[in-house]
Amino acid sequence: MSTASGTGENDRDATGGVERPSTAWPLFEVFVRGKRGLNHVHVGSLHAADEEMALHNARNLYTRRNEGVSIWVVRAADITASSPDEKDPFFAPNGDKVYRHPTFYEIPDDVPHI
Amino acid sequence: MSTEEATITDEERLHQRFESTVEHDQRVEPRDWMPEGYRKTLVRQIAQHAHSEIIGMQPEGNWLTRAPSLRRKAILLAKVQDEAGHGLYLYSAAETLGVERSDLTEKLVARRQKYSSIFNYPALTFADIGVIGWLVDGAAIVNQVPLCRCSYGPYARAMIRICKEESFHQRQGYELLLTMMHGSEQQRRDVQDAVDRWWWPSLMMFGPPDGDSPNTQQSMAWGIKRHTNDQLRQKFVDMTVPQAEVLGVTLPDSGLSYNAEREHYEFSEPDWEEFHRVLAGEGPCNTQRVERRRAAHEGGSWVREAAAAHAAKQAERGRAAV
Repeated sequence: MSTASGTGENDRDATGGVERPSTAWPLFEVFVRGKRGLNHVHVGSLHAADEEMALHNARNLYTRRNEGVSIWVVRAADITASSPDEKDPFFAPNGDKVYRHPTFYEIPDDVPHI
Repeated sequence: MSTEEATITDEERLHQRFESTVEHDQRVEPRDWMPEGYRKTLVRQIAQHAHSEIIGMQPEGNWLTRAPSLRRKAILLAKVQDEAGHGLYLYSAAETLGVERSDLTEKLVARRQKYSSIFNYPALTFADIGVIGWLVDGAAIVNQVPLCRCSYGPYARAMIRICKEESFHQRQGYELLLTMMHGSEQQRRDVQDAVDRWWWPSLMMFGPPDGDSPNTQQSMAWGIKRHTNDQLRQKFVDMTVPQAEVLGVTLPDSGLSYNAEREHYEFSEPDWEEFHRVLAGEGPCNTQRVERRRAAHEGGSWVREAAAAHAAKQAERGRAAV
């Protein structure tokens, strides 16, 4: 896991960057559910003073044409993301578990519906 | 192996991974390692693009209170709001590269970063609103569609969103012009006059000729750019000439003719001296545009401060309640 928080979309080390003045609005990541039955999907980010304003700004910015039925906003600083530099060890356990995939199993051609 | 050698090898390995990502037409994502030049080029280009959307609200915003009907006013308002939205999508993409939106705004109002020079021309009549939609947004679409496949993921995704919305901008402009061309003699004159003024600046939107565009090759190698300036300019002319014929306007270029052999339109060179003059800050509206942006930014600072103070107070109350 990455020590610096962030979604990977807007990842900056909160302590390493230039210190922000206290009046600067924090960054929020925005997720929109396009329609019922779909997951929320990350669409971008915005600045807002607090969660409520972030939600209103997200509505105006990312759903001007009925692009969504539900919005999530979350402070970018509150997201913990995996780091691409750890890509190999982090996702490696999947590599040798081919038996998790249906194609691992050999079934005769004449067995129907499987 | 010394530590220094190990570091060099690491860097080389990262570089190879980056090159391979770009070469296989995959996307580079924010947390990936990338060459400093790639990052700088993207920040410059995305910031310039974002600034263009934000400054681009001004020539049209100027007509909001004087739109000839409620229908045109609602359309124009939606379009100007879209431009603000496009600017924010792009600032959001730029911020994934480790810059702050507030810094970019500071650089814009201090004239340390540029925006498209097209917005330094004034919108003199309501016909200009139609021509801006048709030609300026039309040229923007030709520029932007290939950017949907840009190698940098967040920029490409912002461009997909923008291109979807841009089509409305161009069509409302063309429809407005068609309406005016079916109107009075004065209205037809206004349309032709606006076309005469915006045609050449629109061609300049694609940037200097290929021979005079030193960054193009590197940008193409990095998969940021997909076509050269001249290729895109030709594409725009080929698309636009038949549209002008349907509209019944004359494009102000006596050198314009169809070359059946090349299957392209021939056209004259824009006045590149004018392009460089406007870029250097000597266009008709440069000072006005930047000063207006500065005034809006500085005038809004008390709102930003008040909202931050309110949020801090609410958060404090929330903690006290727990």
